[in-house]
Amino acid sequence: MPSLGADMEEGKLVEWLVKPGDTVAHGDVVAVVETQKGAIEIEIFEAAVIDELLATEGKTLPVGAPLARIHAPGEEPDAGSGVIDAKGKVAPPEPARTPEPAKPAAVRAAGTEKTRSPAATDARPPASPAARVLAMEAGLDLSAIAGSGPGGAVLLSDVEARLEALSEAAQETGAKEQVSEAEGKPQPAPPHPTKPGLDMAAMRQAIAAAMSRSKREIPHYYLERTIDLQPATDWLAARNEGCDPDARVLMGALFLRATALAATKVPELNGHYGDGAFQPSKAVHAGLAVSMRGGGLIAPAIRDAQGLKLDAMMAAIRDMVARTRNGRLRNSEVTQGTITVSSMGEGGADVLYAVIYPPQVAILGFGAPVRRPWVVEDAVVPRTTVTVTLSADHRVSDGRRGARMLAEIERLLKEPEKL
Amino acid sequence: MNDAEIRQAFLEELTTVAPDLDPATVGDDDHLQEDLELDSMDFLNLVAALHKRLGVSVPEADYARIATPGSAVRYLVAALD
Repeated sequence: MPSLGADMEEGKLVEWLVKPGDTVAHGDVVAVVETQKGAIEIEIFEAAVIDELLATEGKTLPVGAPLARIHAPGEEPDAGSGVIDAKGKVAPPEPARTPEPAKPAAVRAAGTEKTRSPAATDARPPASPAARVLAMEAGLDLSAIAGSGPGGAVLLSDVEARLEALSEAAQETGAKEQVSEAEGKPQPAPPHPTKPGLDMAAMRQAIAAAMSRSKREIPHYYLERTIDLQPATDWLAARNEGCDPDARVLMGALFLRATALAATKVPELNGHYGDGAFQPSKAVHAGLAVSMRGGGLIAPAIRDAQGLKLDAMMAAIRDMVARTRNGRLRNSEVTQGTITVSSMGEGGADVLYAVIYPPQVAILGFGAPVRRPWVVEDAVVPRTTVTVTLSADHRVSDGRRGARMLAEIERLLKEPEKL
Repeated sequence: MNDAEIRQAFLEELTTVAPDLDPATVGDDDHLQEDLELDSMDFLNLVAALHKRLGVSVPEADYARIATPGSAVRYLVAALD
């Protein structure tokens, strides 16, 4: 079961799209998992042959639990090539495994920043993958937990018992922050009548967990800059004039395009923070905050956004918004965003200070475009303007670099014809 | 197409874009973006759906004239006349 975001603890396998004996290629969708963000299509990141489906449809599994057994094409099923790790690469088998009968190769599926594949030479205490993931998410030291598995391996139940004990202790002392959100399992909520496959109460909880973690762990700093949007507004009106609705471009596409290009100039804002270090990303996978009717929001990523020209960006946004609302996103889209854009749209508030979505390190907030008195040369004239904010992680960057990002976005939006 | 049919078509396309809206409770003076909470993509999808259904391509310059169901139906009736 892949982790589909920092906030996910478990997922329900709703459908297998492959069967034993099938050959799959990198990027194929193999299953559908229902999460707090709706149904997500699970891609595999390794060419493989499916040996056995370990998880049955309808079953809810913790993050890290194996879903299926596979082997590389051209190899024997029992070659024992090892575990397929979070990024879909084959790693050596772990010293200790889950208490189930040993499986030669388990798909832990793709797209998680949480489940790292332990190397065989690793000196870490033996633990099942699920236990390792839960302990990591809860910030617990595995070596401090007594293992009840084979060879003293720490099992999921050991971590859960430890968390429960901590939780009780925390409640007694009132020091609840010591225990992470992993302690509070989402309560089953009644399904929302109008949104099949999307549980609004669960989504609220997922947002709460991710945002609480962000505010607890990420030292945010904030910058804002008001930009003359008149050139972009005029250019867009002329571009859309005479176009059928299907061919029109929204201002939001210009914002996303400008952000993706600007992010390539300020690498400290584009990537993931994990294990105490920042990993910059060459590609810009631009998250787009999409609000759901009836409440909640999801920020799926448009992959390789730096390479999408304006029309392609608009097409990608249309597709992404439609699939977000229909609950058909892919796991790479919900986990691999490297920077996010949140846009208020017309008629909303003037300024939007956004909260970073971990493990990312920056988020841009575009307020509603507003007509304001503006100084052009020596005259005050009415212009359409937009206030752009940057919330960024002070562990990784400083205000000076952040300001570069906003200046770059301003420069790009002043020459919209080049976007 | 008479006025009632145009109104019916508009409400059907509106509730396709925003499935949680109940056509019976949508008021003529409700603002599509402020009251009914259509975002800019919803609004564009609605304009595209009206174009497909009625053959009326509302230009961006006229968006203010279709800001509520009441004004939108008047606009569409005039455009189809």
